[in-house]
Parts: sequence; structure tokens; C-alpha cells
Amino acid sequence: MNQRGSPGDVRMVVPSLAPCMESNNWGAEMAHKKTGLVSLEEGGFAIFLVLLAFACIIVAGKTFDQVMAFHAGIGALFAAVSVFLIFKNFFDDGGQPIPAEIDGKPNYNLGPIKFGAIAAMFWGLAGFTVGLVIALQLAWPALNFDLPWTNFGRLRPLHTSAVIFAFGGNVLLATSMYVVQRTCRVRMPGKILPWFVMLGYNAFIVIAGTGYLLGATQGKEYAEPEWYADLWLTIVWVFYLFLFLGTLWKRKEPHIYVANWFYLAFIVTIAMLHVTNNLTIPVSIYSTKSYIVWSGVQDAMVQWWYGHNAVGFFLTAGFLAIMYYFIPKQADRPVYSYRLSIVHFWALIFIYIWAGPHHLHYTALPQWASTLGATFSIILWMPSWGGMINGLMTLSGAWDKLRTDPVLRMMVVSVAFYGMSTFEGPLMSLRSVNSLSHYTDWTIGHVHSGALGWVGYISFGAIYCLVPWLWNKKGLYSLKLVNWHFWLSTLGIVLYITAMWVSGIMQGLMWRAYDSLGFLEYSFVETVEAMHPFYIIRALGGALFVVGALIMAYNLWMTVRHGEAEEADTTPAGSLAPAE
Amino acid sequence: MSAWNKHQIFEKNSFVLLVGILVAVAIGGLVEIAPLFYLKSTIEKTEGMRPYTPLELAGRDIYVREGCYLCHSQMVRPMRDEIERYGHFSLAAESMYDRPFQWGSKRTGPDLARVGGKYSDDWHVEHLVNPRSLVPASIMPGYPFLAENRLETRDIKAHLEVNSIYGVPYTEAQIESAASDVLGQAMPDSDAAYEFEERWPTALIRDFDGNPKEVTEMDALVAYLQVLGTMVDFSIYDDAANAR
Repeated sequence: MNQRGSPGDVRMVVPSLAPCMESNNWGAEMAHKKTGLVSLEEGGFAIFLVLLAFACIIVAGKTFDQVMAFHAGIGALFAAVSVFLIFKNFFDDGGQPIPAEIDGKPNYNLGPIKFGAIAAMFWGLAGFTVGLVIALQLAWPALNFDLPWTNFGRLRPLHTSAVIFAFGGNVLLATSMYVVQRTCRVRMPGKILPWFVMLGYNAFIVIAGTGYLLGATQGKEYAEPEWYADLWLTIVWVFYLFLFLGTLWKRKEPHIYVANWFYLAFIVTIAMLHVTNNLTIPVSIYSTKSYIVWSGVQDAMVQWWYGHNAVGFFLTAGFLAIMYYFIPKQADRPVYSYRLSIVHFWALIFIYIWAGPHHLHYTALPQWASTLGATFSIILWMPSWGGMINGLMTLSGAWDKLRTDPVLRMMVVSVAFYGMSTFEGPLMSLRSVNSLSHYTDWTIGHVHSGALGWVGYISFGAIYCLVPWLWNKKGLYSLKLVNWHFWLSTLGIVLYITAMWVSGIMQGLMWRAYDSLGFLEYSFVETVEAMHPFYIIRALGGALFVVGALIMAYNLWMTVRHGEAEEADTTPAGSLAPAE
Repeated sequence: MSAWNKHQIFEKNSFVLLVGILVAVAIGGLVEIAPLFYLKSTIEKTEGMRPYTPLELAGRDIYVREGCYLCHSQMVRPMRDEIERYGHFSLAAESMYDRPFQWGSKRTGPDLARVGGKYSDDWHVEHLVNPRSLVPASIMPGYPFLAENRLETRDIKAHLEVNSIYGVPYTEAQIESAASDVLGQAMPDSDAAYEFEERWPTALIRDFDGNPKEVTEMDALVAYLQVLGTMVDFSIYDDAANAR
């Protein structure tokens, strides 16, 4: 657990700081560790984690629910290891505070960000692969193996959570910690805090994911983790909010950069959505099972208010923040329009929150609510495209870079996919279109054009940028491999979404087809049979996407291991041109 | 000075920005969600809705656990083809005791809102164990393990209690006898079955999985499937009065 990260190896620099450290007696023995008092932060986290470990041990001992016993065991283990690491780190560095600045330059905390970047790549590969597996299960059901842990119903939440919350979440944590430090020109606060947020979040992923496989689920889409995982995430998230705000409070720049508005909106709104949609009472504290406070129609409304805004604030606002930092950086151009970013930001966050009920057209939800949802979904098209224009036009004067820089190309294509799926979304929220598209693969295709195209590509672009920056490398190991990644996965996405358009629209039409005598023309299972070829094409598209990600992982590995080191000074990375 | 400069107050003060964001994101949810709790037209007036029996509730939890909702909706939309295929369109009242709701978002398999009573118990058991033995083109996974797993009933009473905290109208007797009612509903010849019938006069009492030796997860799941969409008495339901 290297707290200090780069730039440079801080451990080499520490002695030179001795003169400026007041009230300590570094002297001839400065090389030896001087153990000061445990800081409030270290002590607080240690006590909290010790208590948590004991609570977990008690629960594990008293429960007859095997999944709970397993998870409580994991919790106790993680908490105990964390306490050990806190104290090991304390004794290793003698309890000295880490300097916020070195030679007048911010001593950015990059350790947790490195972890987040690696975790994102790992979970990404896992999540894409599980996606491929369940795609193959739909084409060949024998692949379910008739076992509880491998059936589609348990693997599908594993796939969605792994790609959204594990892959996307780690990308957001890593990039937000990086961007907020750079654009505030200050080290983020805390020694343990950033690690607590990063590792605590990944512990949540482990608990949630293993829970699905073992059958612990709330049964609410994209909010499947059970009550104890939700509770843990809430704690981690509050610390994340304070970490982010704490960095803003310390900032050396008068203005808060636009990317940070989006990150802040993402963090705050996800907290609100998560807590409201997961208000449950557990059957007992020894049971994984809980019942949600909302029921029936109200639960449906709350769930899709949450569900659509998991898209709006997790998969959109957070990744727009990435767009607003990484595209200008990589293109070396300022953001196209400052005023457009203001309009984009406020309009997007105000309008998105209304769009949820378009998931519930023609259901038992009162029509006034779904009409409101559809209306705002259509209005939402405008801020979405405003943001797209702001991202794309940032390249004005630098379009030629698309030919030479495949990383920038990936991010620009990502914004193009964003534009496409934010047009398709309002279209599908129209009641008449929705009556055909709802319940079919068209929805799945729509989600994936956003998820693979927009979220996937902007994340890949950001990670391709981040890895050389974090590990002090001149550049990526191979741009040629980035090119391969780009073209393979683009082909994969195109195969995926076209297959889903065809199978979705076809199935929707078959469901409502009547023969000349006025009877329904197709039985349900005939519509299932008709989709078989498209399920194979979709799986092929998914396989190409997985191969692309494998190439990426190899490329990043080689960059870190064998890339040419950047000279010690990395200042340009902080010098983002201010918006007008 | 242009109004754009006023935006600086958000850019220079993280607290103001935070409050601004909170206000902007709170409004939509409040307007859409809050009225559903007090507008009387939200849930239709119906006859026949009752809470799930302990066995059905346990079956529902298995339905949730196995992620059935990811491929099966429970929401018949008011369209000609759906009503002909599945039956009367679904009412909000029919999921008033559903925690969580299971309307679903995808029909990889058919809608199940009204599957209760459409097939025999034997059909369901055979189909859940090996779907392709009955529907050759089906792509549903098999769930043979449900027939082998004894149903966990040690904390079933607590499940009813939590629901009762939320106002689900379980009687005290129904909560107290939850564990014995699980056996009673799935073992028609037992003494527990007679007592179950007194507490749950409208519930089905059958050996759902065809295995008289024990109450399995298959019993529970089939009991749940067989009650789906059957509670509301549509012979006296007034479509016009509940139109909204």
C-alpha cells in the first residue's frame, strides 16, 4: 500500500523535507522511524474496522444462513487485514504526515488511483466475459448447466453489476480522484480516507457479486445487492463525498472546473437514489433477506426513478465529467463552450431525474406519471446533444488528431455513440414506439449502444490516458494495438446493436401479428425460435468486444512493465486551459 | 455585465454548488413519486386480494432469488394481443403486497402475471426441472435442484412479521402459525392442513411438487406460480369505475 505514489518516488525526497517540518527532531537519526501518535484519522478508521470485524464474527457465528456466514467471514477478514495495513503503514513511515507539496508542487496522491485503474480493467474483463457467457446461454440454453450458480438469472445481475458498478464505478472513482486533484492543484485529503473509499468500494463489489451467485438478491434491477451490502456502500459513499468535497475545499484554483460539477452531481445524486431505492428491513441481522419498504406500483416508480438515473447520473453525468477533462487534455484544446457547459450541466441534471417512468408505459402505473416521464425524456434530447456538441466541437482545430491518435478517436467515437443513444432513448420513450420496443431486445440493444459505445469507449480512452500518466511513462506501449482494439470492438458493437434491433423489432411485431381469421399468429415460443440466429450474431459481437478488451489489458500491462519512463517533471498534465 | 457571470457563485463555492445540485435533482422525483402515495386512484378497488401465504411468500422469494424477473414480466399491458395471449391487463392492486414488485422489463420468456391455474402442478414441476422436455424450443435454464432442496422455514415467521410492519394485513394467528402453515398448505392430508384452511380459506392446498415426503423449494415456487393473477375476482371488477 504505497500511500505516496508519484511524481517521483517520494521516499527518496522525504529527507530533504526535514528542515521544513516543524516540532520534530529529525536529526542524525532521521533515517530511523520516529513513532508519533496515531492520527485521529488512522485511529478512527482502525477502531471502526475493529468493531466491524467483531460484529462480522458475531454474525457469522450466530447465523444459519450460509451466505450470510460467508459474507460476514469475508467482512471480518477484510476489516482485519485493513486494520493490520493501517498499523503496518503507521509503523513503516513513523506516523509522519505525508507532505501536501514537494518543492512547491502538489504531491498528488496517485496510489489509490492506480489501484482503481487496475481494478477497472480487471472487473471490465470479468464483466464483459460474463456478458458473453449469458449471451451464449440465450443461444444455447444447455450452457446454463442446470446448476443454481450458473443459471442465467443469477449471472445476468453479475454481468450488469460487474460492468456498471465494478468496471464503471472503478473508472469513475479513479478518474474523479485524479481529475479533482489536478484541477484543484492540491493533494486530496487524508492518508487512509482515499484508500478506504477505493478498497471499501471494491469490497462492496466482491460482496455483491458473490451474493448474486449464491442467491442473495433484492430482485430490483441494477439494485440487486442485499441490505448489508447496501449499508456498506452507503458508508463508503458518504466518505467518498467527503473526500471529493474535501479536495474542493482545499483547492488552489478559484473556480471549480466543469468536470467536477458533473462528478459532484453524480456522487450526490447516486447517494440520494441509492438510499431511497434500498430502504429495507432485514428479516433479521443474521439473514441476507430483506423486504423493501415500497410495494407494487410505488416500488415500480421508485425503482425506475432509480434505474433510469443510475443511467443518468452514474453512466452519464460521471462519464461526462470524464469527457470534460480527458478530451480537452488529449486533444490539447480548451472545452468548446463555457456557456454551453453551464446550460448542459443544469439542464441535464434537472431533466434527467424525471425520465424514469418511461420504463413503465402501459403498465399499472397511472398514465399521468408515465406521460410526465416521456415528456421529460424528449426534452432531455436537447441537453444530451448540447453536451455531445460541446465534446465534439472541442476538437475544432484539432480534427487531424483523429488520424494519428487512436485514443482520442476512441473518445470521440464514444461521444458519437452518446449522441446516437440519447436520440434513440427519447424515441423509445414515445408511448407508441415503446408499445413495440418494450420487453424486447430492442431495449437491450439500446442499452448496449450506450454502455459499450459511450461508457465503454470513454472509459477505455480515459484509462489509456491515465496509465502512462500514473506510471510516469512517455506513452502507451503500442498505438497499433489501440487501433486493433478500436476496430475490433467497433465491429463488435455494430454486430451487437444491429442484431438486437432486428430481433427486438421482429419479436415485437410477431407478438402482435394476427392471421387472416383474427387469431394471434404466433405462439410465444415461435418468437423465441425466430431470435436464435440473432442471438448468435450478438454473442459474436460480444466476443469481439471481449477480445478488444484483452488486447487493451495486454497493452496496458506492457506499458507499465516496459514503457519508456517519462522525465521526472510531469507538470503539463495539470495545466488545463481554462474555459473562456 | 452578462448574466453568465452570475454563475460564478456556483463555481467558486462548493457548498452553493452542492445545494444547487440537490435542489435540481430533488424536484422531479418528488413530483412523480409523492402523489402515488396519496392519490386514491393509484390503486384500483378490487375484491379478492389477500397477502401471500407463508408458502407462497417463500416461493416468491425463490422466484426473486433465481432472477426469474430478468426474463419474465408480470405486467399484462392493455393491448389486444396481450389480453388475448395472457388475460385481463394487470392492475396496480394486484401487486400491492409485492415487495419488491416483479413487473420486469424484458420478455425473453412469456409474461407470468396470470400464469396461475393455466397449467397443472405436474406441468410446472416437469417444466422447471427440464423445460425442453415440454417446450422443445425453450431457452429457459433447468432448475432441477429446486425439487431436491428442502424449504428453509426456520425464520419464515420473521418474513411475515417484516411484511406486517409495512401494513400487510396478516393476522396474528397467521404470523404465529407461519411455520406450520407452510407444511399445512403443501401436505393436504396432514392435521396442519385443516388448521391452515381455517386461517387461509381461499388458498390452494396441494402437494405441489408431487413429493409427499417433504416440503421442497419446488413446492413453494409452484404454489406461488399457481396463485399469480388469480386473486382478483374479475367477474365483479368494474373496469369503467377504475379507468384513469
